[in-house]
Amino acid sequence: MSAPFRLAQGGRIDRARPLGFTFDGKSYSGFAGDTLASALLSHGVHLTGRSFKYHRPRGILSAGADEPNALVGVGRDQTRYTPNLRAPQVELYDGLVAESQNRWPSLSFDIGAVNDLFGRFLPAGFYYKTFMWPRKAWDHVYEPKIRAMAGLGRAPTAADADRYTQRYAHCDVLVVGAGPAGLAAALAASAGGASVMLCDDQAEFGGSLLSETTATIDGKPAAQWIADTVATLRGRANVMLLGRTQAFGYYPHNSIGLVERLTDHLATPHPDMPRERLWTLRAREVVICAGALERPMVFPENDRPGIMLAGAARTYANRYGVKAGSRAVLFTAQDEGYRAALDLARAGVHVAAIADLRPNPDGELPAAARAAGLNIMAGTTVTGTRGRLRVSGATLGRLGLDGQVGQSQTIACDLLLMSGGMTPSVHLFSQSKGKLRFDETIKAYVPGQSAERERSAGACRGIFGLAAAIEDGFARGEEVAQAVGRAGGAVTRVAVTTLAAAPGVHLGAAPHDRDAATVKAFVDYQNDVTAKDLALATREGFRSIEHIKRYTTTGMATDQGKMSNMNALGIVADALRRDIPEIGLTTFRPPYTPVTFGAFAGTSRGQLFDPVRQTAIHGWAADHGAAFEDVGLWKRAHYFPQGGEDMHAAVARECKAVRAAVGIFDASTLGKIEIVGPDAAEFMNRMYTNAWTKLESGRCRYGVMLREDGFVMDDGVVGRMAHDRFHVTTTTGGAPRVLAHMEDYLQTEWPDLDVWLTSTTEQWAVIAVQGPNARKVLEPLVEDIDISAAAMPHMSVRQGRICGVPTRLFRVSFTGELGFEVNVPADYGRAVWEAIYQAGLAHGITPYGTETMHVLRAEKGYIIVGQETDGTAVPDDVGLGWAVGKAKKDFVGKRSLARAEFSKPDRKQMVGLRTRDPHDVLEEGAQIVANPNQPVPMTVLGQVTSSYFSAVLDHSIAIAMVRGGRARIGETLYVPMPDRVIAVTVVDPVFFDREGVRLDA
Amino acid sequence: MPETAAIRQGAFDQLAARAAAVTFTPCPPAARFVFRGRPAGFAAAGDAFGVALPQTACRAATTGSRSALWLGPDEWLLLAEDGAVAAIEAAFADRLGQQPHSLVDVSHRNTAVEIAGPAAADVLNAGCPLDLRLEAFPVGMCTRTLFAKAEIVLWRTDAQRFRVEVWRSFAGYLWGLLDEIRREHAA
Amino acid sequence: MLLIPCPHCGERPEIEFRYGGEAHVARPADPSALDDEAWAAYLYLRNNPKGLHAERWRHIHGCGRYFNVLRDTVSDKITATYKAGEPRPDLPATEAAE
Repeated sequence: MSAPFRLAQGGRIDRARPLGFTFDGKSYSGFAGDTLASALLSHGVHLTGRSFKYHRPRGILSAGADEPNALVGVGRDQTRYTPNLRAPQVELYDGLVAESQNRWPSLSFDIGAVNDLFGRFLPAGFYYKTFMWPRKAWDHVYEPKIRAMAGLGRAPTAADADRYTQRYAHCDVLVVGAGPAGLAAALAASAGGASVMLCDDQAEFGGSLLSETTATIDGKPAAQWIADTVATLRGRANVMLLGRTQAFGYYPHNSIGLVERLTDHLATPHPDMPRERLWTLRAREVVICAGALERPMVFPENDRPGIMLAGAARTYANRYGVKAGSRAVLFTAQDEGYRAALDLARAGVHVAAIADLRPNPDGELPAAARAAGLNIMAGTTVTGTRGRLRVSGATLGRLGLDGQVGQSQTIACDLLLMSGGMTPSVHLFSQSKGKLRFDETIKAYVPGQSAERERSAGACRGIFGLAAAIEDGFARGEEVAQAVGRAGGAVTRVAVTTLAAAPGVHLGAAPHDRDAATVKAFVDYQNDVTAKDLALATREGFRSIEHIKRYTTTGMATDQGKMSNMNALGIVADALRRDIPEIGLTTFRPPYTPVTFGAFAGTSRGQLFDPVRQTAIHGWAADHGAAFEDVGLWKRAHYFPQGGEDMHAAVARECKAVRAAVGIFDASTLGKIEIVGPDAAEFMNRMYTNAWTKLESGRCRYGVMLREDGFVMDDGVVGRMAHDRFHVTTTTGGAPRVLAHMEDYLQTEWPDLDVWLTSTTEQWAVIAVQGPNARKVLEPLVEDIDISAAAMPHMSVRQGRICGVPTRLFRVSFTGELGFEVNVPADYGRAVWEAIYQAGLAHGITPYGTETMHVLRAEKGYIIVGQETDGTAVPDDVGLGWAVGKAKKDFVGKRSLARAEFSKPDRKQMVGLRTRDPHDVLEEGAQIVANPNQPVPMTVLGQVTSSYFSAVLDHSIAIAMVRGGRARIGETLYVPMPDRVIAVTVVDPVFFDREGVRLDA
Repeated sequence: MPETAAIRQGAFDQLAARAAAVTFTPCPPAARFVFRGRPAGFAAAGDAFGVALPQTACRAATTGSRSALWLGPDEWLLLAEDGAVAAIEAAFADRLGQQPHSLVDVSHRNTAVEIAGPAAADVLNAGCPLDLRLEAFPVGMCTRTLFAKAEIVLWRTDAQRFRVEVWRSFAGYLWGLLDEIRREHAA
Repeated sequence: MLLIPCPHCGERPEIEFRYGGEAHVARPADPSALDDEAWAAYLYLRNNPKGLHAERWRHIHGCGRYFNVLRDTVSDKITATYKAGEPRPDLPATEAAE
């Protein structure tokens, strides 16, 4: 299909490579090098969106990241769909499918536009004022309705099929932005060999120079200078060029976040290619060359499609070969607007009038416009526009000497250009915590005092002229080369020819003769904030721009105020009759433009979201049908179902097998720490409640570790391997925490102790063999250890060999049965496990998982730290008072245990619970009360911490923490549940083999 | 003669270059120890092990089949040939008998993979936050650090070759990530 | 992400470190000699200055050592790092106005 607004020649598009695409289902064509916006404009399509609140028809306003209106959803399919993309930033590819947003049923006929008619009822702070009462209606009526109406774009419904990747990188110098200043800065910074990264958000380097057709640099056209400069930079091994890369955030200590778009511009991306790469960059020096954004003019009805920033129209003409309209009017307050008018006139657009707010425009550019015969109307404002889905005319009013609008005339046009002035892009600088300074001569904020190792160059610090910007880039580049010790000498300067532009100094609303209470002169386009909304906010008493922003939502749209902030400040300052710096400035926060969740997630998704830690025996468990559970990052065998068993059936079978014969259990995940050195026992004495000095080599002890506040932190069996060597075990989840806790005391409180800690969790695979037949199973496999009851009693450890490999063989039990824990070097874990299993088959060996382990230990009343304890239990609360070495002078937590609070009889104490109905299994976490008939809120005595059905005992068992629990043994208490109340009897928490005779078998 | 005639490129050349951008090779089993101690014992420890323990932070030293990697001011990771555990323990007991120290066998705790090729540093920087440019992380440098959510010991053994030591249960995670990152280099 | 100069390993990224709270809070030599109030102060009371703060960090994913850092809690600027056990460098409590 033909593109009537495409110029026959010119621009950086490739007319030999036509591309097809659709917008809202309609097919269009464009060329390689186009953006979605430029391609749509080539077909005369301006209407691309609806505003957020009033659903007013909106067109393409800008040619870059500041676009507030033309937000589109682009997707190859549901798994690759991105909403809220800015059409001027969407690179065209063949087959691109885009859709408009915030309209129903269509862009040209949108039901929501009814809001526009009732706009007078939707003033600033409308939500706060209207939906206050009745309170209940907020939850049930207002909020759901508002939510349904609100939100831009449509979230994709399917999981993101794209890949994302991340990089950490370091360089001497990062140059942000490859416009004239950035290219010059990169040239100078890299001349002496410093490593330089240069990034730019666009597909091509050059920034504003890409839209430059008349200026010459170094005697050649701007386009040629870009090409030569980029070639020079590319030829330097110390320079890395990152196109399509947005520097979105400046973080402490010169850490910069970049996101690089890798495939969004491709019709058929390689399936292995990530869509985006997130760079976490650390630069010794940063040169920000972010340029400046043009400000729109604020005048009545300044939002119709076809109303556009002058510089944007110039970019569409010069860079993309597209006329944004046929008949243009320019409304400007600065010389720069004339540059656009001249270029558009040259491209064949009829420039019907130039309305200049200034009384005497007299610079080089106005002179050139005059010479070109353009109709300049000085001292003229725009008081209104016509047209519905496209602007059709502008009303121009002469300003008298008193500033009042006099004579008006309406001029037909299909393109109305605005040029209010230039706003330096200080976002990154401000994010770096640098202090901004208001420059009165250019009426803009510019970088002031730096907080980081950065500097700005060019337009982003208010140096607007092309020659000056390039010179500033060279100078700053030379500075940073020097700063990193890689000075390359002075860079040869280049001559620049271009028409000079005086900076614009207008901020805020343009004068008009309309009814200020009703006309809409937009400041924030996307959020539909008008000049009168801001004025209303000041009349209602708001003074700080931070408050006005939140009240009116100005600057809170997805463009984050790029288009609106300075005009809003101007209007508020006018209304309050104060200077702009007194109004304050809203905070610039990252990201500069939206960053996808995918980029932040990177490869951390699916199976790679977190490490999935597997033991050496995992494969055997998987082969034997184990169900796994997550314990921290570990996968642990939960139970081993056989022949269609559910968990309860499997656990019942496993429990009985351990008590009647023998079970085998993978305990490899237990944390292990090797504590070695002459002061090892002394260190253990200080870290654990127990006494260790007298523990003999070859013996074990159950250790309890407290935090300094006296609460139980961890527990585990400790074996003394030698006088100066302890093998400490911790809970599975507690291993890193315990080691860090020990290191803290050792390094910072007792650095004089000759003892060292080494994590050995993963050195050893641990195979628990538990049950009356355990010894029979192991005896033939152990080579040089006497494991008879007499030679190796409960709580002992021996070193020797099993199945031909070294072992640390512990006789310990977490089941209450005769038990061993076979530690072997992890790589041998599976082979030894299989050998034990084979040997055990004759003795009825049964593999069991963590659920059975939990039931068996609960039957014995053994606690699990983190299940019975909750960080507020002292040892006595959980029946571990016996493990506290009363005679020890000090240990971590001892002083806290002396607090009177910890010996009160009504503390929560660990007890057992029996239900009247033996098949009632209480819910863990259920609350316990004395009187179930008391009014709510009830006085709660405690809670159930562990609860199982014991197949061995044929009744349910539960452990609970109950106020004054030990004194209540024998009492009946109650567990209120949603549907009933369960009566329970308080009992001793040891349900099985209270005398412990089985342990010593 | 035009220059282009001199550059002959076979059909496989580019494909092979891409494939070789980075390779991952599991390292063979090794004897490994963590040695800790007081300065007075460092020299004797070096004698016992057969490699003088490097005193410079984050540097490794190698003699024959044995390497000592500085991990902390009083901590080294010792790498030796598989099967040397007992001999090394005996040598330390002999030379350091009375010197306070700790020698702990971690042969099976760690496992290692070698990452090599022109893209090796770049692939590592997908998860490792350190500056791996040769001037900042020269050959012979070693350190504990992170690769994404796994702690590793990273040792540059050549300009384009790194040894990565990791606790064994993190091997699957590390390999999975490396494999994922390699795809973009092969694409 | 902060760049923290480890006294042993040099400048390293923040994610290799763990924060360890206020520095120079020594565990009493004889805790049993303290009354409840003094013990509670040791356990729980910490300074939280706006400005220069002496704090402990551990290079947990590096050399493993605890060390001390003087960091400005407003600007995140680190003015000194020093090994555990060494005295706090004598620097003004807040950065001089720049």
